[in-house]
Amino acid sequence: MNIIYFLIGCSVLLALGFLGAFFWAQRSGQNDDLYTPSIRILLDDEQEKDEEK
Amino acid sequence: MAETATILKTTCYHCGDECLTDDFITDERKFCCKGCMSVYQILAGSSLCNYYSYNDHPGATHKDHDKRFDYLSDPTIAGQLLDYTDERISLITFYVPQIHCSSCLWLLEQLNKLNPGIHYSRVDFLKKQLAVRFDHHQIGLQKVVELLYDIGYEPLISLQDVVKERSRSGNSKLIQKIAVAGFCFGNVMLLSFPEYFGLSVSEASFRRFFGYINLLFTIPSVFYCAWGYFDSAWKNLKNKVLHIDFPLALGIAVLFVRTAAEVLTHRGAGFADTLCGLVFFLLLGKFIQQKTYHHISFERDYRSFFPVAVQIIMDGAEKPIPLADLTTGHRMVIRHNEIIPADAVLLKGEALIDFSFVTGEAMPVDKSPGEIVYAGGRQMAGVIHLEVVKPVSQSYLTQLWNNDTFKSENESRIKTFSEKVTRYFTIILLIIAFGTFFFHLPDLNEAVAAFTSVLIVACPCALALSTPFTMSAVLGIFDRNHFYLKNTAVVEQLANIDAVVMDKTGTITTGTNKNIRLNGDLSAEQKKLIFSACVNSNHPLSRMICDYLNLTDRLPVAEYKETPGEGISACVAGHDVRIGSDKMIFGDLDGHNPGTRVHLMIDGHYLGNFSFGHHYREGLKEIISMPGYLFHLLSGDHNHEYTELANIFGSGCMHFNQSPQQKLDFIKKLQEEGNKVLMLGDGLNDSGALRQSDIGIAVTDNVNNFSPGSDAILDGRSFSKLPGFIRFSKDTVNIVRLSFLISLVYNIVGLSFAMTGRLSPLVAAVLMPVSTVTIITFTTVATHFTSRKRQLL
Repeated sequence: MNIIYFLIGCSVLLALGFLGAFFWAQRSGQNDDLYTPSIRILLDDEQEKDEEK
Repeated sequence: MAETATILKTTCYHCGDECLTDDFITDERKFCCKGCMSVYQILAGSSLCNYYSYNDHPGATHKDHDKRFDYLSDPTIAGQLLDYTDERISLITFYVPQIHCSSCLWLLEQLNKLNPGIHYSRVDFLKKQLAVRFDHHQIGLQKVVELLYDIGYEPLISLQDVVKERSRSGNSKLIQKIAVAGFCFGNVMLLSFPEYFGLSVSEASFRRFFGYINLLFTIPSVFYCAWGYFDSAWKNLKNKVLHIDFPLALGIAVLFVRTAAEVLTHRGAGFADTLCGLVFFLLLGKFIQQKTYHHISFERDYRSFFPVAVQIIMDGAEKPIPLADLTTGHRMVIRHNEIIPADAVLLKGEALIDFSFVTGEAMPVDKSPGEIVYAGGRQMAGVIHLEVVKPVSQSYLTQLWNNDTFKSENESRIKTFSEKVTRYFTIILLIIAFGTFFFHLPDLNEAVAAFTSVLIVACPCALALSTPFTMSAVLGIFDRNHFYLKNTAVVEQLANIDAVVMDKTGTITTGTNKNIRLNGDLSAEQKKLIFSACVNSNHPLSRMICDYLNLTDRLPVAEYKETPGEGISACVAGHDVRIGSDKMIFGDLDGHNPGTRVHLMIDGHYLGNFSFGHHYREGLKEIISMPGYLFHLLSGDHNHEYTELANIFGSGCMHFNQSPQQKLDFIKKLQEEGNKVLMLGDGLNDSGALRQSDIGIAVTDNVNNFSPGSDAILDGRSFSKLPGFIRFSKDTVNIVRLSFLISLVYNIVGLSFAMTGRLSPLVAAVLMPVSTVTIITFTTVATHFTSRKRQLL
């Protein structure tokens, strides 16, 4: 049953990874505006491709 | 004639307003005015006409605006507005009130197609903000704003509430704390399960392992997430206040110490699960309580109403200077629709000034050269020159903000119910805890165990959560009814009031829809003559007459003459038309009520007059008839509506010609008589009264527009629901009381376990979430039910 130590270690590391990902998303402002993208996605792209988006 | 006009009503392709003339047609599309047409032409020129395919009539009417952004080329002003600037690029965030649909979003994010100097533009839809990054060598700030103006999205530029960056950072810290608390809570719960189900003797090493890991998880939970509770409890203790944070902090500390002791001495599993759950739920409650309205500001004062800069004449040339630099002796130039920022003497020009926002006077006032014009008025006629006699901060209006009421934070307001209860709660809790300790005393181990168990179980988690959860549900319901509260404490203040004071202009009357009544009969021909004369005038009364007549055809007008303060005389299609005041039509009678009647005369025949009454908001009578409340009317206007209002308010409760300071003093007087006062106002002149009152509500027809600093903002459409709001807030206070009772029952049940000293971790771990869930369910269901009852849902 010593595998439990390893498994718990893995699960905690995995969870820490997700926590870190959340912190990164929060700090880089991904959660600042949760509404506008829902409208933006409905707008069609122009036919001619513009380079900077 | 009038019928066909309504049938053939065409709407503007850009803004959807009715087109009164056929003058503005481009690409077979009709526009109501030159402004709308020019916006279309700009967009068509850059092949951005998709704008019109996402929504019908996405634009806002572009009728009466002038562009005046010269001041933005001044580096000091621009520097205050820009978020960031270096040699290459500048970043700025605008507040654009017109953002309302997907077309707006689409167009504003295509700014780089209109001008290559703009690198990038991003809309935040809910906050109505537009972030622009541009190359200031190619396009200056002034040009960016002018571009926005040209496409119909004039940003609102004021120094006070450009972008509210501060509020965000605090919230984001709390979210991070919640994330950590949730992480710890989840892991600890998982690792505690083996303990709940029991571990065999052979698995004892696992028990220790789980114990250590749990302890490890509680450390960030206590020292990072819950640190705020220790901090505020300590501060409150220093100020000798017993706040709910104190028993919470005590509970958390005891939980942690006991868990650490049990785990490290291998005596038990500790209460890591309870501890982490407690911290997580508490932070969640805190988060829910923070309701943020992105587009509303409750802290505005005159600075956000006044312009950022003003044009002055210096050395014979006009130049813009920041408002802060404006001093006595400067000669200002104020144009149509601009606000006069300082008390000044009129030097030149025809002044027709709308003081409705400052003094509550409903009708624009004529001023002649040499007269003093107070700050805050809006010029309705042409260009005027004024000489500043007092600096901005010392003017008649703005000196209100030098009053003590604005300097002190208004902390003397009613203590909330939960604050009162927790005082007693904490004292009783400490008595019980020490009582238990001494009861078990000969056996020190048992005494300490029982003492800590009491503090753990009585930790008022449900108590701390009941108010935020109830209040946030209530705020949500108010929000749906267009009633926006600054914070949750306002609900309780609203429940406690017993006197209501109302401002008149803009608050109980609507800003624009005045009742216009024609006294006399006019033939269709005569109507056409009057319309043709009035349509040339910018005077608000002429516009109202035009709206009332609602015609489209104009007759040729010759010899048009408009005399300020008197009226219009013109020769329309060969007829002599005179439209104006008593003075103009009947000679020099001294009419006391200038502007409330407009007389009509064609070819020397008197035809009757238009009278203008106010249109009171719907539901005013129902509000006044609410039993148990004292009602007062407090108006800065003259008393020419006395008789109409006396029917509603009763003659003893009306006060006219009140200055901003008198309004404030009146509220103070009522409070000294022991009343809890609700003030309803809309203008800057009500700011003092709104601030002084126990709860100040700003009434506005458009929440995006300026409203004075207040505790709550009420949309004019929901004015009639005010009695419902007050009753509902009373219900809410009762709901909070009931939920307190429920959480106390849980505490008593828990205490009966704890006082024996044999509190198992499982009982504690079960009791806390169960009580929390019960409270949340109860408050949600109860607020939903009562809001139905009050017809707010």
